[in-house]
Amino acid sequence: MRAAGDLVARMQMTRGMKIDEAKAYVAGKLGVTVLELTDPVIMNEVRTDLGIGVITPLPGLAKGIEAKFNMARVLDIDINCVKRFKERVSL
Amino acid sequence: MKKYFSRMGDGSPCEMTESEIMSDLVEGSEDAADRGKIPPLIDDEYRHLLEIFCSPYKFVSVEPGKEVILTYDAATLKIRRVGVHVDRIQALQIYEKIMGADTMELAHVDYSFKPVKPIASFEQPILEQALLTTHIPLFYGAQPNLGLYSQPDGPFPNPAELMPMGQIKEAQESYEAALKDLVKDIVFAGSLMYESGADGINIDTAGAAGDADFLASLLATEQLKAKYPDICIEMGMSGEFILGMHSQLTYKGQRLAGMYPHDQLKMAQAAGVTIFGPVANTNTSKSAAWNLARTITFMKACGEAASIPIHPNMGMGVGGVTVADHPPVDIVSRSSKAMVEICRLDGL
Repeated sequence: MRAAGDLVARMQMTRGMKIDEAKAYVAGKLGVTVLELTDPVIMNEVRTDLGIGVITPLPGLAKGIEAKFNMARVLDIDINCVKRFKERVSL
Repeated sequence: MKKYFSRMGDGSPCEMTESEIMSDLVEGSEDAADRGKIPPLIDDEYRHLLEIFCSPYKFVSVEPGKEVILTYDAATLKIRRVGVHVDRIQALQIYEKIMGADTMELAHVDYSFKPVKPIASFEQPILEQALLTTHIPLFYGAQPNLGLYSQPDGPFPNPAELMPMGQIKEAQESYEAALKDLVKDIVFAGSLMYESGADGINIDTAGAAGDADFLASLLATEQLKAKYPDICIEMGMSGEFILGMHSQLTYKGQRLAGMYPHDQLKMAQAAGVTIFGPVANTNTSKSAAWNLARTITFMKACGEAASIPIHPNMGMGVGGVTVADHPPVDIVSRSSKAMVEICRLDGL
């Protein structure tokens, strides 16, 4: 979460992607290069802009499940708990 | 002749010359090749490992862009094990925000599916609340631990008592009955945790009680995938070799007893496992170089056979890491670098 490891992990977990494919996919969706995926300074800005959760959250930024809603949209994947959250609140 | 700082498999420091390191690299790789019936490392790989071991730096790493992700087993259990008394949701937040983990796992202190079954309804709300406040993928994990199903801990006759009495058939029948109950328990707990929102289920330390334990893990994976096609199952192995405690169990026509990581992987893929965690064990009386070359040989063969992501187990006593409570960073970083650079793996 300091950079983009959690997002790459999600692509392995939801799509079974191997590491290079998962990195390229995430980089493409975030609009960064593969090298930038592990840069905590760049990724903190990208994560803040996209509302997908940062280590040190500022007031008003998406956190927890809110950030995971944005993550699912940005990565175009289903996140299990987001899907169930929607069902529980009748969204 | 110049000597380089290194360690033995138990973590104790030692000094080795370049030729001694190279000799151990070759011997370690050939041991794995002989056991697994797989190719040993090639000259370029030996030379690369030698450079890693002779590096003057305490901590070594990979080139930018070659980084891999990390998955962790039993995360909340490990926080408790070291005597940090925090609630499990706080433990997960420590993993995520302070340790910078890529994924994490909620686990019960009695880390097996059987004891989780009666308390599952107490585990689910914790998982559900944790998912509201955290960001990174969250597994729920436990061990198959087939040993809990035989007497005196479980209902079935103890095969370890039957076999010395020559009652081989009865011992095999006991394993066959026990593994059916284990499959039910894994599917029961795994289903509830998935329906509570877990990002994945970790079947950890699979095969610890031998071929029946491994078969139960495969069958449970099959059933969970049939029930929830999108579920992520990570299967982490207990050791490099499937013990033939039953000895005649098969999966998809393949005998499980005696399988090494590259063959275990094929079974896991066939069952529908999403991420596979192979293991190579550390020999404490051999050098770190011997152990790492041996590990790399097993993992390289596994990586070449994999169409799913693989995350080799690395930690105390596995993955070329020394057997010590606090693995030294010099060996952990050397083993990690070598694993990533030589094997076709997707995480650790």
